[in-house]
Amino acid sequence: MNTEYLVEVKELKQYFPIHTGFRKVTNLKAVDGVSFSIRPGETLGLVGESGCGKTTVGRTLLRLYQPTGGQVLFEGEEVTDKNILELRKKMQMVFQDPYSSLDPRMTVEDIIGEPMDVHRLYKNRAERREKILRLMELVGLNAEHATRYAHEFSGGQRQRIGIARALAVNPKFIVCDEPVSALDVSIQAQVVNMFEDLQKKLGVAYLFIAHDLLIVRHISDRIAVMYLGRIVEIGDADEVYEHPKHPYTISLLSAVPIPDPRLTRQRQRIVLEGDVPSPMHLPSGCAFRTRCRYATEKCAQERPVLADTGNGHFAACWHLQS
Amino acid sequence: MSENCEYMLEVKNLHTSFFTDSGEVKAVNGVSFDLKPGEIMGIVGESGSGKSVTAYSVMQILADTGRIVEGSVFYKGEDITRWDKRRMQKFRGKCCSIIFQDPMTSLNPVFTIGNQLMEAIRLHTDKNRSQAKARAIEMLELVGVNEPARRLKQYPYEMSGGMRQRVMIAMALACEPDILIADEPTTALDVTIQAQILELMQELQKKMGMAIIMVTHDLGVIADMCDKIIVMYGGSICERGTADDIFYDPRHEYTKGLLRSIPSATNSKERLVPISGSPINLLNMPKGCAFCSRCDHAMKICIEEKPQELTLTPTHQASCWMNVKKLQEGQVRP
Repeated sequence: MNTEYLVEVKELKQYFPIHTGFRKVTNLKAVDGVSFSIRPGETLGLVGESGCGKTTVGRTLLRLYQPTGGQVLFEGEEVTDKNILELRKKMQMVFQDPYSSLDPRMTVEDIIGEPMDVHRLYKNRAERREKILRLMELVGLNAEHATRYAHEFSGGQRQRIGIARALAVNPKFIVCDEPVSALDVSIQAQVVNMFEDLQKKLGVAYLFIAHDLLIVRHISDRIAVMYLGRIVEIGDADEVYEHPKHPYTISLLSAVPIPDPRLTRQRQRIVLEGDVPSPMHLPSGCAFRTRCRYATEKCAQERPVLADTGNGHFAACWHLQS
Repeated sequence: MSENCEYMLEVKNLHTSFFTDSGEVKAVNGVSFDLKPGEIMGIVGESGSGKSVTAYSVMQILADTGRIVEGSVFYKGEDITRWDKRRMQKFRGKCCSIIFQDPMTSLNPVFTIGNQLMEAIRLHTDKNRSQAKARAIEMLELVGVNEPARRLKQYPYEMSGGMRQRVMIAMALACEPDILIADEPTTALDVTIQAQILELMQELQKKMGMAIIMVTHDLGVIADMCDKIIVMYGGSICERGTADDIFYDPRHEYTKGLLRSIPSATNSKERLVPISGSPINLLNMPKGCAFCSRCDHAMKICIEEKPQELTLTPTHQASCWMNVKKLQEGQVRP
């Protein structure tokens, strides 16, 4: 491996064909040319509103969907249909809903052991069992619970099972798709801390997809903001939060309710007008222009590209804010 | 007596239980609070803390297995738990309205928006069809729905989540209730839409002057909106006070834990301190403080006896033995 990056995504596109008439098919452009890269052991946060394509990016990356276009490189090697099964030993996923992503008819032991069965990562039953117990301990589950079923656990514990399953093949990269949003506030912190500890211990890199911007800022080294299938801003977590450049990021951050009454009273909230346009009929040029207060003629005609604003901070806008 | 009553709503020692096959689930255990006209009160807590059940008990819209077993709810000085069905029907919508969490499922999919809006207006006022329609259009305009006359003919599926929540608010406010209960009104919505809805609610509150009970688990929303806050855990109130009391001087270990477990704007990279354990099982309530099994500072007395509510300042009350201990040691004054 001689590249700096663990995962490189280049111009990834994912269109879903939708039947809109008898023979007419319109493409729903869920992801429309997304590029980013992740270093080993790094966390990239991916934020955006529902329908912006953040989950699709995560799933397409692992080939749960067949991408329409673009390239994904893992350790410099292109991910194709041929090598994806092999590569899933190195890239795994934690799903959003801990209630529906675990098979109710399997015991915890079998859920965690399944990836190892698929990739034949043990020599005998004893080794399998030992590995499973080690994983359960790693994510803070009691070894006595190995023979129980998923429904016997609370949401936080189920998410731990899901994480243990992802870790079973000893991956270098995990896509975390809204892993804490289904959990209660007090349990969220437990799971977020566990993600951080596991990263320190095992050196895994995360693509952390979430809509809770405070949690994402907390856990991420870098952050990418998506709007209607495209990344509009990407950079260092603190840099993006302290000095957002794209008008969408600015209003998104100003809309986040802060649990601090004094700060809230001082704050100027920029409320965006209207709703997100349908991804079936994207506006021409910059997709954000229909809700942007700085929008001009140029925004309607030409699509802005990510431009470097210094310190590895990129934003795609014709009227960059300072 | 109803005219000179200071409080719009007074809840006294409310107990609500659900009688299930596996036993009595005590969802609300002795909750008391009062609400002045035009006040915005927040109820925060985790799932299962009894915050929604408290709100539903006020409206008496509990599931079939649920019942108010003790306590009373006074609306303008009258105990509404004694009211009969017919009188309660008049109360709902006209005196007190509710907005539910999920705008996707709380509107009837087979009726138009206009039909559903006008139903509420015609039930509670003596307006005729055309007057009700005019009122519906006026309400939709008020909540910022564009082209209201055309929207009346639309079905819920034709609208986005934010728009549907606006329709819900319009419906709740159409008869100018004195109290609006908002049960997690923005949880299902995106951040930018959430900001729009919160802004709208604040604006309408100023314009129409109703009191709002805001039920949520989002401490950010609470900090933004509320004059006073109630923190609930395991069916009881553990702390109450103004926003500043709760956020800057929390005096119950659960409130402190909650605040430590979320990343704040100022210390985003600091490690979170989670509350250990998992929420309590309401079927199996401990004898003492409900929070003591998860509390780092639990003492012997916490296990044995329920703490009483202690007034710390005129606006700030907490039910925690730690305060009693500090008081005895002379560290704080009541």
